[in-house]
This record gives sequence, structure tokens and C-alpha cells, in this order.
Amino acid sequence: MSATGYVAVAAQVAVVAGGAPLLTGWMRQVRARLEGRAGAGVVQPWRDARKLLRKEPVSPTGTGPAFRLAPLLLVAGTAVVAALVPLAATRTPVSGSADLILVVALLALGTVALALAGLDTGTAFGGMGASREMTIAALVEPTILLAVFAVSIPAGSTNLPAIVAGTIDHPARTASPAELLAVAALVVAVLAETGRIPVDNPATHLELTMVHEAMVLEYAGPDLALVELGSQMRLAVLLGLVATLAAPWGVATGGSPALLALALALLVAKVAVLGTALAAAEVFRAKVRLFKVPELLAGSFVLALLAVVGSYFLTGEAGR
Amino acid sequence: MAARTVHEVGVGELPGAVEALLDGGARLGLVAAHHDGEGAVGGRAVRVVYLFLAGPPDLRTELHVRLDADRPRLPSLAELSFPAGRFEREMHDLHGVEVPDHPLPRRLVRHFHWPRGWYPLRPDAGPPPPFGEPEGPYPFLRVEGDGVYEIPVGPVHAGLIEPGHFRFSVVGETIIKLKARLWFVHKGVEKLFQGRDVAGGLRLAERISGDTAVGHALAYCLAVEEATGTDVPEAARQARALLLELERVHNHVADLGALCNDVGHAILNAHAQRVREELLRLNQLTTGHRLLRGGVLPGGAALRALPDPARTAALRADIREIAQLALGHTTVRDRFTGTARLPEQAARDLGCLGYVARASGLTADARIAHPFLAEGSAPPAVPVHTAGDVLARFLVRAEEIEVSLGLIDRLAASLGAPGTYAVPLAGGSGSGVGVVEGWRGAIATRLEFSPDGTLARVKPVDPSFFNWPALPVALKATIVPDFPLANKSFNLSYAGNDL
Repeated sequence: MSATGYVAVAAQVAVVAGGAPLLTGWMRQVRARLEGRAGAGVVQPWRDARKLLRKEPVSPTGTGPAFRLAPLLLVAGTAVVAALVPLAATRTPVSGSADLILVVALLALGTVALALAGLDTGTAFGGMGASREMTIAALVEPTILLAVFAVSIPAGSTNLPAIVAGTIDHPARTASPAELLAVAALVVAVLAETGRIPVDNPATHLELTMVHEAMVLEYAGPDLALVELGSQMRLAVLLGLVATLAAPWGVATGGSPALLALALALLVAKVAVLGTALAAAEVFRAKVRLFKVPELLAGSFVLALLAVVGSYFLTGEAGR
Repeated sequence: MAARTVHEVGVGELPGAVEALLDGGARLGLVAAHHDGEGAVGGRAVRVVYLFLAGPPDLRTELHVRLDADRPRLPSLAELSFPAGRFEREMHDLHGVEVPDHPLPRRLVRHFHWPRGWYPLRPDAGPPPPFGEPEGPYPFLRVEGDGVYEIPVGPVHAGLIEPGHFRFSVVGETIIKLKARLWFVHKGVEKLFQGRDVAGGLRLAERISGDTAVGHALAYCLAVEEATGTDVPEAARQARALLLELERVHNHVADLGALCNDVGHAILNAHAQRVREELLRLNQLTTGHRLLRGGVLPGGAALRALPDPARTAALRADIREIAQLALGHTTVRDRFTGTARLPEQAARDLGCLGYVARASGLTADARIAHPFLAEGSAPPAVPVHTAGDVLARFLVRAEEIEVSLGLIDRLAASLGAPGTYAVPLAGGSGSGVGVVEGWRGAIATRLEFSPDGTLARVKPVDPSFFNWPALPVALKATIVPDFPLANKSFNLSYAGNDL
């Protein structure tokens, strides 16, 4: 492994961690401008983080390790995902372990950790948020698994760098019906997983309607800063994953530092475009009734299932 | 203006007299207790006034009951009228009037920490004492069963809203029972009125509920004018009607936007709040105050400018577009439809008022039942819907905006030029009643003057007092995440409810 591989992994984690709040700030700004508001500015999430980090840590009485460890697990798990997913380079020291199922499991670990933390607070809102989040997660995880399974069939492997490298070698795969269906399913799953409209409203102050926010209501100060950073990183990583699977061009397959720099710049651009599109679409959408969320997710699951079936037949696997 | 008829009845005849009035189609508008001193007509007593309202034609009937001053006791009318039962509990909490046969003999208005046996509106109450031993436990009714859990919310909320405690008993996400416990904002308004002059009382009336400055000020001024025997010129009445509609429009627009915001459709809220801001600036031009304070005066009204028809037309087009975009959005419409349904019978039984009643098929509107304008000059069309859900309340309010803007144009054209239209108050003193259709519904204010010309007793009743009990009824079988939407569609006042 070349030194560039290590640099690539470090750069991916750094770009995701440093850029995720900016992505959230950018999406809020896009929404604000489209709605005719001035907006708080792109760097506002970093300002919020600085404010929160200066506060003293407070934990509610009666909470245990689940509450204290959840923010760390969330951020650490997402950072590992950021290192594993070939966002900028396919040949890294960790590319052999970058299995799709592992990536999905690591993301689920963060969700479960937060849900346990919500339950740990013993408040009605923590439990309510955890219950809702688990309901949604139970529907989302199979969709994500199925969708990535569909894109892994042509590559013959669930190893992400192999899938991405295979797509770069065979660009026609991205336009195959199976791949398009899988990406569509993945996008809906990402919306649900990151708590965006129409599943959850990240901007709400109404505690009874919250999903993700209800779980983390009891966090304050540095812990809250970590939870926010973790959520922002998840959004960035998942958008990065979608971008890498749907349009992998530019991801460095070799070891040249110049290509790596270009790949990072392209990653930022692709995620920014996706974020802009997501924020712009949110302006025109409203949040569906909670009991309609399973219908939405069932739809995306069917898309993923079709993608798998399509992939199976179209790649000629059935004939062997 | 309709005259009031006053009947003195004995305690024993009260239920029969009330039943006859209710059967005749009247509604209980207000109940107020008065502590008459030695010098009063009829001697020292606790005098309870029941005001019944009906219309059109405008009918106002009062029943006066005299009770023993030291141990006032009343028979409960809760079986005849639900609001009567609430007024009785309020009287018990504030005046110490006992109602031995009340079916729900628990505190209502009373603050949890007021010392036992202290009743703030009794003449001997003195200044507020320090918090003391509370009056007995008042546990929430527990719903038991498999999978039932409780969600306590408030009184401190995540957003900037008024304080109220809500206790949900829930299975999964479905609400089985909701108990709203309010009364965290007692300000002693009724006590603060006592001893003020007419101008001082107006300042207080404008601040009973900040969003209803015109409604409460106008009900107060109508009561003052009836008590003093002042005849207000028609131009002043038209100016008052104009201000009342301006207040209705800016509140309705803000809530249409807030309803869209509560289903996560923020762009319509952004535009509704922009329109509201323009309306507030129009208010500023019209009265010199963004919330229309200072427009209604005892004996008349003052306008600095009249709304320009071109401006109201532009606003009307904007509001119409916002409402159409909301109703045309499938998700928004789906969230509104069928949510928090208040059946007509429940609305009638609970005595609901305003748009809450009109969305459930009742046609209650004090602008028609108790008009203060000259006959034939402005009885507006009243939008009524029958579904009783969030959508019906949204539609009623969107249509009321149209009616109100039309009325504003007509009244402005009829007035011709801005100015102060006021006459000095006549010298009489006694009692008076004012009934006004504020934006939330009919506001009733009853007042009595002292012989020295100061206010002896003022009792305002906000429509929220009647409408609050309807919220838990409408929420039965609604899901928890829809509560904020349902609550916003009622948008009841905490401050006006808890004086």
C-alpha cells in the first residue's frame, strides 16, 4: 500500500467531518433562500458547535453508560464508515474491509446507540423518539441492504471499492434499470435514515412530532455538539455513498496524489449538488403523517427488490 | 342595541329559570359573582349574575341570585349546561362560592400553590399571600391496560408558546385520553380592573390577550357605553367594525401559515408571515400600533388612516394563493383531512364559539346575533363547514379572511376619511354588557360601576374559556404526532382563558 492510500483515508474522514456541518449549513441556506428568507449562513452549524462545546457538560440524573457513550459511538461509527467507503479513492489500506454489509451495520450501530440513549433518559420523549426511530430503521435497513445487494451483483462482490472500480470500468452499468432502481430506493432510504422531510422535519420545535430530535432532547453542551456532528456526518456519508454508487467518475483508482486531490474536489461538488437538490425538493414537500411513513418505505423496499431481481436477470446470472 | 332584561330569582327557582332560557335557544354567555357591601341595594350579599345571550334578534337576559355573604352556596347547573359547570368551578376557586352538588368538584382556575381557603376576589382577600399548603391532591386519571403509557408535555414547551400541561394516555401512537391542565398564567385581571377609571380599564382590556386587543377593548367599551347610557355615532361604529376585521385578518393569516408549518411545509408559512407583516404595518398606519391598540376608545374610535383598497386587494390575492397552494398540496391536504374531528353535537354541548363552532356546523357569530352596527349596514356572510376537522377549520378561516377583507373595503369606503369619531361618555353609571365577535369567537364583558365612577367589577370572558374543553374531545383517536397540528387549528388563548 502506498502512502497515498493512508492519505486518502485520512482525507476522506477529514473532509466528511469538516465538511458535514457545512453541507447542513449549505442545505439550510438553500432552503432559506428558496423560501424567501435570509438564512443564517453556511457556517452556522460550526458556530453552533463552537457555542455548544463551550458549555459545561450536563447529563440528566439517572442516566447510565448508554446515554454517555451514544454520541461517541455515533461519531466514531460514522467516521469509520467515512474511512471505508471509497468516496475519493478505491485503493486504500482499508479497502479490503470496505464491505457494504459492514457499512450498513456500522450506520445501524449509531442509530441503535442513539435509540438506547433515548430510552436511557427514562423520559416519555426519549422513549417515544426511540420507538419511532426503531420503527423507521427496521424498515430502512433492509431497503439499504437490498439496494446495495442489487448494485453488487454485477461486480460479483459486496466489497464497495470493487463495485465502484467495476462501475468505473463499465460506465454503462450506471444506466442499467437495476442500478437506477437501486439508487432510487437508496435515496428514499437515505431520506428516512437521516430524518429529512417527508419522514421527519429537522427544523421542527414541536416535541410531539419529532422522531430523531425527540431521542436527543436531553443532550446538552458538548454531547449535543457531538450528536449534531454525528447526524451531519451521516447525511454527508450517505449522500457521498449515493454519489459514489450513481456517478463514480473521478474516484481515484490509482495512487497519484493529484488524482486524489481531484477526486476530493469532485466528491465535494457531487455531494453539494445532491444536497442542493435535496434541499430544493424539501421546499416543495410536506411531512407525511407518521402512519404513512411505512407506506413510503415499503415503496422504496419494492424498488430495491425490483432492482435485485432486475440485476439478477439482466446480468445473465439466471442463465448460469 | 338590544336592551338587557334582568330577573331577580331565588336560589330555588334558579335551575328552572335557567332551563327555560336554555330551552328557548339562549346560551350561557357569562357568569360573574359580586360581593355587595352593606350600602348596596338589597344589602350585604354575594350576588351571582348569569348572562344569557341569544340572537338574532339580539336578546340578553340576566338572572341575579343573592347568596349569603359569609357562606355562599349555589345549586349546580352543570347538568343543564356544560359551561355553567365550568363557571361554577371558577366561582368556587376565585370567590369561595360553594357548589355542593357539582359533578366535578375539583379546582379549575385555582393555582396549585395558593394557600387553602384564600380566594383572591373576595373583598377581604388582601394582597397575594406567599405560596402555601395546596388544596388537596388532584391526580390525573390513570388509563390502565396493556401497553398504555403516559406522555406528560409542558407547561414549559420547546417552542415559544404559552404554558399548558397536557397529559396524554397513549397506546402506540393513538391518543386514548388527553387531559389539558392550564391555568398557569393567572394575572389577577379581574382584581386589577377594580377601582380603575374608564381609561385605565381600557388599557387593561387591550392587554387581556395580546392578539385580541380590539376584541376585548371593544367588548369593554360597549359595556362602558351601555352602563353610562352613551350613544356612539354610526361612523365610530363602522370604524370599530373595521378594526375588528383587521384584527381577524392578521390573526387568521398567521395561523394559516402556522398550520402549513406544522406539517413541514415551511415555504407557505414564510409567505403567510410576510403577508402578516404587511398587515401589521397596515395596522400601524391605521391606528399607530401594530396590534391595533388605541383604535377603540370609550365613546368612539380613532383612525389615523384608512386601508387603501388597492393594498387590500393585493393582500387578498396573496392570501388566496397561499390557501390554494396549501389545499392543492396532496400531503398537506391529507394531513388536514379527518384530523381531530369535533362532532357537531359535541361542539353544541360544550358551547363552542367562533371558527371552532363554525367548522363543526354551528352558525354562531356575534356579528349577526349581537350587531353593534346600524341595521342592514353590515351583516357579513358567515362561512360554515360541517366536517369539524383541521381542514374545516382551515377552510372556515381562509373564507373568513375573504369576507373580512370585503368588509374592510366597504367600511373604509363608507367612512371616506380617517379621523377620531368619539363622543364624551354620558354621566350614567350602573352595569353594562358588551358582546363582540373577536377573531376567536364571541367575547362577552360585563361590568359594574361604583357610585364614584370607578370600575367596581369587570368580568371578561374569552371564547377560549368555552373552546378549551373541545380540544380533548376532538383529539380522541387522533395520533400523538398530529396533536400540535390539531392544537394549532384550535389556537386557543391561554392568557384570555386564565385571567
